[in-house]
Amino acid sequence: MIPPSFEYLTPSKISDAIAMLQKHGEEAKILAGGHSLIPAMRLRLSEPGYLIDISGIQGLDYILEESGQLRIGAMTREASLEESQIVREKYPLLLDTAKMIADPSVRNVATVGGNLAHGDPANDHPATMLALGANVVVEGPNGSREIGIDDFFPDFFTTALEPEEILTEIRIPSPPSGSGGAYLKIERKVGDYAAAAVACQLNIDSGGSIQKIGIGLTNVGSTPIRASSAEQLLQGKNPDENMIAEAGRLSAADSEPMEDLRGSAEYKRALVNELTQRAIKLSLQRAEGSR
Amino acid sequence: MSKHTVTIDINGTTVTKEVDSRMLLVHFLREELQMTGTHIGCDTSSCGACTVLMDGRSVKSCTVYTVQANGRSVKTIEGMESGGALHPLQESFHEEHGLQCGFCTPGMIMRATEFLEKNPNPSEEEIRWGISGNLCRCTGYVNIVKAIQNAAEKMQKEVA
Repeated sequence: MIPPSFEYLTPSKISDAIAMLQKHGEEAKILAGGHSLIPAMRLRLSEPGYLIDISGIQGLDYILEESGQLRIGAMTREASLEESQIVREKYPLLLDTAKMIADPSVRNVATVGGNLAHGDPANDHPATMLALGANVVVEGPNGSREIGIDDFFPDFFTTALEPEEILTEIRIPSPPSGSGGAYLKIERKVGDYAAAAVACQLNIDSGGSIQKIGIGLTNVGSTPIRASSAEQLLQGKNPDENMIAEAGRLSAADSEPMEDLRGSAEYKRALVNELTQRAIKLSLQRAEGSR
Repeated sequence: MSKHTVTIDINGTTVTKEVDSRMLLVHFLREELQMTGTHIGCDTSSCGACTVLMDGRSVKSCTVYTVQANGRSVKTIEGMESGGALHPLQESFHEEHGLQCGFCTPGMIMRATEFLEKNPNPSEEEIRWGISGNLCRCTGYVNIVKAIQNAAEKMQKEVA
């Protein structure tokens, strides 16, 4: 499995990388961690003529919290999320997700930006970012713009990135006190894509009512899916067991899984139902604990 | 065909060579440098047989282009012994029979090297989680875990 030949380019500035994208157009691909792209090239599913390696560009690898936002540089390795003190303390959903992506050696290389920019509905961060209500910052020839995560995945393996744009940062609103989140994934083995996975992030007031909730679903549709019906049901409520069960059913109804080697569509819907309930309960528990 | 000159520190020796951009690090090690200790298993970053350390972190060398390692340091199983003395991990894999066919062993040891550096006194569960990206087709995990535990103890004593 030898990958096709390509020209290897090493910009040292984002503006250089953008100029390379402008010059080579759709023949060029950005190389970040490469842990989706290189296997795809080896399988000849992807045959870019130019790889633009952005690992040499300074200032794309950081996790910092300021002005009410967690900012994650696009080249931040998944392992850095696991090791980050701020993520460990305040972002249990991100921590859960980072631990479930691939395996430790892959996480040493794979990047958060790449996980989103690849546009794969089977990747784990898209659902997480839906639940967290993140924004994606991209830079192109005309400067930078922010894209809401709900608009970032318009179609199967498609993102809102223009061919000449590069994803540079992910911005996540800092959770207020009384927040909790969780990512629950069923995989056949470590390193496999999810048969189904559910991300939940919520915030409760002192009475236990849900002020804000986000639920994202992994690998049960042609794009990452927001479980809007379940979110709407729980908004403003102090849910009991029955309501959480109903949220699970609504979430399963919002999913659009296809049968594949990981199971039937029916099985995956059942997973979404159950995982949604568990993710909500664990998020509530964590929210209580964060008070 | 795009050619590039790379300079990589391999087990403490600086190596400069011209490579095709598409040459994977594992092929560079095995075919250009004849260092066949690093194995090729699944070829798709699932099995971990090709694990090496790049700048001290375990990576699957079947999924890294050699040009990406330019200017970095790479450590392979060949760099583990020093002056004829085995590394404590190598000793422990020997003593605890942490290998059957041996195919996964170099990757296991390289992965365990970074793991023990970060977590010098791990529990059994942490070890299992730590090597979850390395497969042993002989399923000899019990002794692999024991070997890593044993190495951790040896290395702790060395530090003390």
